Amino acid sequence: MSVFKDTGHLFRFAGLFVLAFLVFLVVRHYVVPKSFGQYGHYRGAAIGEIAAHPAKYAGHETCESCHAEVLDVKKNGKHAHVNCEACHGALEKHADDPSSMTPVLPDTAVLCVRCHTASAAKPKGFPQVVPEDHYTGLACGTCHKPHSPAMDVGGTK
Amino acid sequence: MKITRRQMLILLPAAAVAWESVLAGTPEDSPNYKMTEHWWGMLIDIPKCIGCGNCVRACQTENDVPDGYFRTWVERYHRSDWSMSNPEVVTANPLIDPEVISPDGGKEGFPVATDKSGKYFFVPKLCNHCADSPCTQVCPVGATFISPDGVVLVDQTYCLGCAYCVQACPYGCRYIHPEKKVADKCTLCYHRITKGLTTACCEACPTGARQLADLKDPKDPIHEFLKTHSVQILKPQMATGAKVFYNDLDGSVR
Repeated sequence: MSVFKDTGHLFRFAGLFVLAFLVFLVVRHYVVPKSFGQYGHYRGAAIGEIAAHPAKYAGHETCESCHAEVLDVKKNGKHAHVNCEACHGALEKHADDPSSMTPVLPDTAVLCVRCHTASAAKPKGFPQVVPEDHYTGLACGTCHKPHSPAMDVGGTK
Repeated sequence: MKITRRQMLILLPAAAVAWESVLAGTPEDSPNYKMTEHWWGMLIDIPKCIGCGNCVRACQTENDVPDGYFRTWVERYHRSDWSMSNPEVVTANPLIDPEVISPDGGKEGFPVATDKSGKYFFVPKLCNHCADSPCTQVCPVGATFISPDGVVLVDQTYCLGCAYCVQACPYGCRYIHPEKKVADKCTLCYHRITKGLTTACCEACPTGARQLADLKDPKDPIHEFLKTHSVQILKPQMATGAKVFYNDLDGSVR
């Protein structure tokens, strides 16, 4: 056994290494989140957390499930493809519990010009007006019904 | 119950595989949503954009984006007649032609353009959700990543706020959140698309200039659109695998 003569210090040193490695494994077990590496080099559970963010826009399908009569007015008009919340704003709160919040009717004097103010920068085919020339002192909604904005001559649409 | 050596040899690896998923937990909040069945992107139809800023406002509302920071924004380009009739000439000063403006990210729309010469167009910008994104590669702690359904996300509980990713994004789509002090960016409304809704910007767009696209869904109209239109991505030379597709994009867009 002359090979192992005077080698005790080497074994003690190796033992220290093994111990340090075990400590590393234990610490690592507690420090690294459980889902880390589930899909890649990141915390897999983060995906679920990001998906849990509350929505503020309900989506037009949700609106239409109650306000079907508006959909009937809209569907043949020029605004058929404009979603409800594009003008009415985020209304998830109202959709969750209609009694908790009553949506404010948008002011057509502010709302319409946001899209329809004439500008050389806008696509040529998009309907535009110069508000100063077009505006007669009446709110847009007097002549144009926003849900189906053809001229409302008879006042019945 | 007696287990033979043969049964044991079969059961042990099976248990090991099952234990992996026990440890992993269940990240998918929406029960019917399977990440492996989607590959998200977006289509921007430039000729339809009127620069109203609805998307910017909707994004801010939906995602609590602080004032002065943007997950999406709209730029207005103006190319002069001269630059269009002399396309071979490199403009001496790219700050002059094309003229690009984006007042407050286009949130409140754009000033009326009176100069009728040249060519105007609006370019809505957002995270391109690159398939080979430079921003996720530089993160030193694994706080930003591409989800299995192709959305570039930030784990804000893990992010250190070192801003490497902010520098790495060639499209300028990331910022350090002024209060949280961590990286923030477009999530492609991940909380909405996993529930079957479209993104807030697409929901609020009055002209359909922005459309959410699921590239793994064979029924998605994006496939026909890509075949029948002249569609480009931003900075293709960087090979980022960007998944925001721009229809009729002018060559001057940077």
